[in-house]
Amino acid sequence: MRDVTSMLPLKLQDIALEVDGRRLLEVTATSIRNKRRTVVLGPNGAGKTLFLKVCHGLLKPSSGRLDFVAGKSDAEVRRRQAMVFQKPVMLRRSVRGNFTHALAMAGFGWRERRRLADETMAHFGLSALADRPARVLSGGEQQRLAIARAASLNPELLFLDEPTSALDPTAARQVEEMLELLRAHGMTLVMTTHDLGLARRFADDILFFHNGRLLEQGPADTFFTRPQTAEAQAFLENRLVW
Amino acid sequence: MLQDVSIISALWKIISGGDGDFYSIILLSLEVTLTAVTLAGCVGLPLGAMLALTRFRGRLPIIVVINTLMGFPPVVAGLVVFLLLSRSGPLGGLGLLFTPQAMMTAQFILVLPIIVALTRQTVEDLWSEYADHMTSLGVGRIGSIPTLLWDARFSLVTTMLAGLGRASAEVGAILIVGGNIAGYTRTMTTSIALETSKGDLPLAMALGVVLITITLCINGLAYGVSRIGAKLAGGR
Amino acid sequence: MLRRTFLTALAATTIAFTAFGPASAEDRFITVASTTSTQDSGLFNVLLPAFTAKTGITVKVVAQGTGQALDTARRGDADVVFVHAKAQEEKFLAEGFGVKRYPVMYNDFIVVGPKADPAGIAGGKDVATAFKTMADKKVPFVSRGDKSGTNTAELKLWQVAGVDLAAVRGDWYREIGQGMGATLNTAGAMGAYTLSDRATWLAFANKGDLVVVVEGDKKLFNQYGAMLVNPEKFPTVKAKDGQAFIDWLVSPEGQAVIASYKINGTQLFFPNATDPKA
Ligand SMILES: Nc1ncnc2c1ncn2[C@@H]1O[C@H](COP(=O)(O)OP(=O)(O)OP(=O)(O)O)[C@@H](O)[C@H]1O
Ligand SMILES: [Mg+2]
Repeated sequence: MRDVTSMLPLKLQDIALEVDGRRLLEVTATSIRNKRRTVVLGPNGAGKTLFLKVCHGLLKPSSGRLDFVAGKSDAEVRRRQAMVFQKPVMLRRSVRGNFTHALAMAGFGWRERRRLADETMAHFGLSALADRPARVLSGGEQQRLAIARAASLNPELLFLDEPTSALDPTAARQVEEMLELLRAHGMTLVMTTHDLGLARRFADDILFFHNGRLLEQGPADTFFTRPQTAEAQAFLENRLVW
Repeated sequence: MLQDVSIISALWKIISGGDGDFYSIILLSLEVTLTAVTLAGCVGLPLGAMLALTRFRGRLPIIVVINTLMGFPPVVAGLVVFLLLSRSGPLGGLGLLFTPQAMMTAQFILVLPIIVALTRQTVEDLWSEYADHMTSLGVGRIGSIPTLLWDARFSLVTTMLAGLGRASAEVGAILIVGGNIAGYTRTMTTSIALETSKGDLPLAMALGVVLITITLCINGLAYGVSRIGAKLAGGR
Repeated sequence: MLRRTFLTALAATTIAFTAFGPASAEDRFITVASTTSTQDSGLFNVLLPAFTAKTGITVKVVAQGTGQALDTARRGDADVVFVHAKAQEEKFLAEGFGVKRYPVMYNDFIVVGPKADPAGIAGGKDVATAFKTMADKKVPFVSRGDKSGTNTAELKLWQVAGVDLAAVRGDWYREIGQGMGATLNTAGAMGAYTLSDRATWLAFANKGDLVVVVEGDKKLFNQYGAMLVNPEKFPTVKAKDGQAFIDWLVSPEGQAVIASYKINGTQLFFPNATDPKA
């Protein structure tokens, strides 16, 4: 019997990440809630990427607790989440090969892999690129491939690190449409972005980081209309000095 | 003394089959070298990848030693294999001294460090790029080895060619362990050594030309195939 | 422990390779450690096929200097030795590595040198005088310096000529530690004298400026002997087939094949298996 109950919320308590004695990340308490769209905001170097990697389990925090709903094995937790990196990792294979590889690693059989890959590519309008080498795609195409590849694994929780950075307006739109599809599909999304317009349109919840610390969190409307901290206010008015 | 004409006529003589053993010598050379390099690849590629991805005490010294072994003098390798396989040596019971298998073993030992060292470097570089993605997929370092080897395939072809170059050009080791027995362990390089010592320099030179041509063909073929493959897969 | 592991790995590798080896059609073969002179002269090219045709036994020849060939046999890596340095062969027998020494044939050594003949020894009939002159005039001389039969003969000739090599050694005396062919190549390139066996010399293709300067002295005769490696020392020695080879070499048939081998009409080896003093 497959366990279909959610592993969310993900609760973080007193998380700290230190490298070479430098404290890079500090999160007193927060949680990632089921079926919500969380947007992580903050200036360059604020610790957004580190936060995502800690949540995704790529970086082990130096101290603190990070808990999914009890009773899920580590493998289960790993299988149910995916991440799209700020700089997408493109395997030296065809676009289809990138899909089938990820699916193979997730344990899908040979035939199943191809079917899912073709389905996902069709779903996200990538079919025309299927046989192209992934590494010669344009930045926007690579970004879309990375998102679709993560989506093909059908994760419950998906992290996206600046999925629209360095994209032209059309490509950014396409990515936003993809995100909309994923949300409609019921995925829990955690995304960083520097595009405040996108954040306003997209976010249910906001996490605001500054200098490695989670300064402010709450519903998006509240954050955008009545930011609590001086840093958040300055950030929203584009005059934050760090 | 060493006129071009005599080289050309010697070339013609061996190629046209005037020297009956010639083709069997080429075949044996290819067989010994390709077998040694293939097996060294089967062992060296995973081993190099393991060395790139695992972390244990003594790893750095091992890497330094293997890098050094890339320049292991062939005669020393030959001597080691010779002493081991000799009837009076620890593996004498196998009765393998002065056989093609002994030559393969010597070349295997010479080629293995090259393949391990170059593979480790290639895989380590690629891992730094892939690490996050593979970890995100729930695949550990060791589990990533097939992916990394496959995705590094075009660089690894060059690695294998480096090994092939060392093996096919090598004479010191196989002369010692093979004994240069006519029709049995005589290869291109040992023939060249022999003909030079007989003073038949045109024939030696002609054999050298043939050896270089064959090596050139193999390299050209491998390089061409890997370039086309790389192009299809979108660069290195 | 580590050594054990290494050996096991190496053994496994080598055995793995046996799967790839050329299918050996010749199940019956013997390994003969012999000298570069017999091989380079081309004698084996007629001798061995005749033996194989008669007996079905293939002969694998590892051609080395006499000293090295005897060492190969001392390690048990050959079944028969076929070399030319009587003193060394007798030592080999005395050590118990050989069963019995059979004289097979002889050829002769010659002194070769540059056509210009700076030592002025050309045409001499006494090799001792020639060697003495070379040492006195310190003309360049290339020695094989590899403990081979030829090298042993050369050292003996200096002795016979009353030259104390250790005392007069210098730049003029060059040991190169290589086979006969390489030595001739070197002598030719340096305009030096050297001692060669006639067989290698006749088959040698890169004579250049070199000519024969002294020949025909009885002291230059070069006796070849064959010995079976002692199977009591090395049970792996193929005693029966090895002995068959030796028996055939000294048989009238084998001796006739040896006598028939000629380069440009010149006979190179003179069978003398029946000469008990050889
Ligand atoms: N492995 C590391 N070792 C040391 N410092 C690091 C490491 N990784 C990140 N940092 C530092 O931690 C800080 C936060 O980095 P992070 O990548 O999370 O920033 P970010 O908020 O994602 O910025 P951007 O908007 O530019 O992507 C930076 O100052 C960075 O230099
Ligand atoms: Mg970032």
